[in-house]
Amino acid sequence: MARMKFLCDADRCIECNACVTACKNEHEVPWGINRRRVITLNDGKPGERSVSMACMHCTDAPCAAVCPVNCFYTTADAVVLHSKDLCIGCGYCFYACPFGAPQYPRVGNFGSRGKMDKCTYCSGGPEVDLSVAEYEKYGSNRLAEGKLPLCAEMCSTKSLLAGDGEMIAQIYKERVIKRGYGSGAWGWKTAYRETIAI
Amino acid sequence: MRRRLTSIALLAATLALAAPAVAQVRAPDGAPNPTASSVNEEMLFKQDPKIHGRISIPNQTAANLIQPQGREWREFRESWMPWIGALAVLGMIAALGLFYFTRGRIRLEHSEESGKKLLRFNSFERFSHWMTASCFIVLSLSGLNYIFGKRLLMPLIGPEAFATLAQYGKYAHIYLAWPFMLGVLFMLVLWVRDNIPGKIDWIWLKQGGGLLGDAHPSAGRFNAGQKMVFWMVVGFGFAMGATGLMMIFPFAATDINGMQIMQVIHSLIGVVFIAGILAHIYIGSLGMEGAYDAMGSGEVDLAWAKVHHDLWVKEQQAKTASGPQLGRGQVPAE
Repeated sequence: MARMKFLCDADRCIECNACVTACKNEHEVPWGINRRRVITLNDGKPGERSVSMACMHCTDAPCAAVCPVNCFYTTADAVVLHSKDLCIGCGYCFYACPFGAPQYPRVGNFGSRGKMDKCTYCSGGPEVDLSVAEYEKYGSNRLAEGKLPLCAEMCSTKSLLAGDGEMIAQIYKERVIKRGYGSGAWGWKTAYRETIAI
Repeated sequence: MRRRLTSIALLAATLALAAPAVAQVRAPDGAPNPTASSVNEEMLFKQDPKIHGRISIPNQTAANLIQPQGREWREFRESWMPWIGALAVLGMIAALGLFYFTRGRIRLEHSEESGKKLLRFNSFERFSHWMTASCFIVLSLSGLNYIFGKRLLMPLIGPEAFATLAQYGKYAHIYLAWPFMLGVLFMLVLWVRDNIPGKIDWIWLKQGGGLLGDAHPSAGRFNAGQKMVFWMVVGFGFAMGATGLMMIFPFAATDINGMQIMQVIHSLIGVVFIAGILAHIYIGSLGMEGAYDAMGSGEVDLAWAKVHHDLWVKEQQAKTASGPQLGRGQVPAE
């Protein structure tokens, strides 16, 4: 099976936020929750870069390790998913996550966190593939339909790449060789303990 | 002046040397490299342990791109905390067990004053105590569940039942924190004046407080051991409240790293607090005959009181003009 990863080629990202919008629309993500976001570094200064970031579906995911109810699991495609039926909304995965991926709907008093929501790599949850229950809890399951995550699919500059780690690394390498410089595989060292050697 | 000229010349020479090095990074077609001066991950991590930028969505707390400090927090929570927690709680239970089997139950010493009752805690004091105590029991069990639940309970009852239980545990933990904090405040106001440490406490401690050996050192309304419990409850209670509030209200007072530190403090103090309260429960029930009445009915046996809180009894008797003691139904003048 593939080892699914995200790669944002920061040299190409134009901060259009279409990935953010596409994600929200595709999965009917509620107000206040952003499974994906674009962060601009050195904003307005020479060397400014924008990077689209979501759950990186880490190797040895910290969220899964710290969860007090073990609601996380890793699919055969190495996608890190969780069960909203088991999640208690304690917030520990947010403390552990290096990318700030877990989000919580604000429900109830005293800022109580609802059940955690995060990027599913467009592959739903533990429910039956493409079922209504799955859609309501986790959004659409594009992987089950043979498609890749929508954020990357519709990225206008093809900055955001999604797919098997080897394949997207190869695409990125070819780009680097062609244009003569890299833009850094943001977050790869933190998420996958490796970066792309050119 | 000459010095300045020299430094300018040096700077110019450096720039002249450096310039070709930058210019060399070019695309194969000769185009200049736009990323030569751009930010990169390693450089940003050298400046700051978190990579922070600007974000256009309303959630400004999402402006951190990479914040790897969660790894240290994970290390603490998964590798250290279960052992620290087990050591504190089981260690205290073992120590109390050992104490019980060597020292045994501290018996009530009968005298001619046995049977006469003296009011020790009025109904509001008992209410404050039991409100705090019942919240504490639920808070500590639901708190321990965050650490040990998935290791001990989940294999026994299965993930679904455990998740339901943990969900109720989380609600209980968050909601009962409020009456708990209120109870700590009540007890602080009610008992702080009787818990100021003094010279008598030092003597009490040196004599082993009557726990070790058969001495019955003098004590006021609260002996040094009880004062220690009082200040532990107040100190730890405030610390647990403060750190807990910062986690209940994410980003209200601290950022992500602050919340990680709050969780570490909250859990470390939590297990020590539980161990301390286990000792308090032991001596207030099984460990000493007659002690439970103080918080049960509120009235203690005069014989017991004279042995354990002689100065307090004298004080109470002095307050009632003629009588040697306060009978049932009479409220002490305090």
